[in-house]
Amino acid sequence: MREHPGGERGQLLRRCRPVLATCVMMPRPAPEPTSLTRGFWEAARRHELVVQRCTACRVYRHYPRVLCPDCHSADWQWTPVSGRGTIFTFTVTHRAFHPAWVDRVPYVCATIELDEGVRMVSDLPAEDTARAEIGMRVEVFFEEQPDDGATLPRFRLCENPPAYVVHE
Amino acid sequence: MTLTAQCAIVGVGQTVYTRGTDRSTLELHLEACRRALDDAGLTVADVDGVIPSSLAQGTVEDFIVNLGLRDLAFSTSVQLGGASLIASVQNACMAISTGVASCVLIPAGRRGYSGERVSTGKAVTAASMATVREFEFPLGNIGAAQWFAQAAQRHMHEFGTTSEQLGHVAVNSRANANLNERALMYGKPMTLADHQNSRMITSPFRLFDCSLESDGAGALVIVSAERGRDLRKPPVLISGVGISHSDSPTSITQKPHVAGVPAIGVAARRALGMAGMHVTDADCLIIHEGFTWYVIAALEALGVVGMGEGGPYVEEGHIRLDGRTPVNPHGGALSEAHVSGMNHIIEGVRQLRDEVEPARQVDGCENILVVNEGNFFDGAVLSLRRAS
Repeated sequence: MREHPGGERGQLLRRCRPVLATCVMMPRPAPEPTSLTRGFWEAARRHELVVQRCTACRVYRHYPRVLCPDCHSADWQWTPVSGRGTIFTFTVTHRAFHPAWVDRVPYVCATIELDEGVRMVSDLPAEDTARAEIGMRVEVFFEEQPDDGATLPRFRLCENPPAYVVHE
Repeated sequence: MTLTAQCAIVGVGQTVYTRGTDRSTLELHLEACRRALDDAGLTVADVDGVIPSSLAQGTVEDFIVNLGLRDLAFSTSVQLGGASLIASVQNACMAISTGVASCVLIPAGRRGYSGERVSTGKAVTAASMATVREFEFPLGNIGAAQWFAQAAQRHMHEFGTTSEQLGHVAVNSRANANLNERALMYGKPMTLADHQNSRMITSPFRLFDCSLESDGAGALVIVSAERGRDLRKPPVLISGVGISHSDSPTSITQKPHVAGVPAIGVAARRALGMAGMHVTDADCLIIHEGFTWYVIAALEALGVVGMGEGGPYVEEGHIRLDGRTPVNPHGGALSEAHVSGMNHIIEGVRQLRDEVEPARQVDGCENILVVNEGNFFDGAVLSLRRAS
């Protein structure tokens, strides 16, 4: 059903070569944390995955918000989560929408539903591109970006995923 | 008090649609404004309200100084992403019905090819996109095509929707565009096989699932229905208008229902309730579609079909010009032009004035629904009616 042709890659490289010539190791766009979100990125630097949890009603939430949308409490804490979840949906991206991915297409961009119920986005490692399907188990890993950039929580397919792949 | 049929669109105008322009967004907007006023038989002296396009970062001051407006009574800024245009029409109707303004000008459009190209990730500048920029851009979720592709992928997973069904939406738009000399894809027919052979952009979207990156603008002139009776062209009544901001408007990935666009249904109920209509009373649907899948999702949200039934519905040909529910007789953003949904409203007006090429005139067209998607699945719906 899905295709993983490599044909577009050459075309993209040709199209983007002038960019590549000037910045071969084009970095990913960097997060710009705010006072509300800084704790998430600081935890990632320690290789911890955290999300907000409402102190009043105990509901996990992500992305960061000032108030709990369920009970409107302003009290919350960064709370460690398992880093395990399933692929809720995904797309295999063949066209780089940013120069940092010109050398990485095709790649899987996935929406991950963590076991705690919140969702995050991650591109998967190249070796997962041909295998990813909705419902597959994934786990977090942490990747330091060059030049003292942010540490990104990324996800990859679990090595021995349980056999409940729903997609066909 | 109700907005039902209080106001009318009395003038529409647009620039030529191109892929490549040296003109600024403001220049395009100003040309469209002058054409729309001409169309209405009005002049800038009649204008006392302007709603600039938030999508184009337009400011009301630009219009005041360039058009020489001396005494503007009303302006506002509307933040509903791609659904801002119909939300602006709603604002104009509220201002006119309450006597705050009498003649409101609404420009919209973009340099989607020569300026803010979506395919380069450079179009994402709105403040409401801050969350996506911080948490999704660094992880490769950058282009609008990727966001909607993940929704479409989920739709396929839940309902068995196929790439061929998406293709039927693209082929319908292209067939209609080939009856429309203004369309960028006029003279460029497309078959389902062409769609299936077009290169993959981000699965399940192929090139022909994506709307056009195009340059162009359009404008609307809105006055009271009563005043509209005496102007140059037949007025087109705004029988109803509704919007809905949806849950989690900062990212599609956080939506409870990623595979559906429920805000369109809510907005439609508001607009149709105002118009005293059921969706099946609409003779034609004009759906602003960044991607083919959105037409299927909108048909389901509007209640034309049940959830998950949109794919088979388009496959069976029901959205063709001669079908049960004609969709996008102008070719839409997929094949006419992507000018922030403005061309969709203009098409609705021209259909109801019998001004389009006869080959694509919807037979006996009395009521049209225009649908805008925006932000992340926010919705706005405009119900237009031929004046009796």
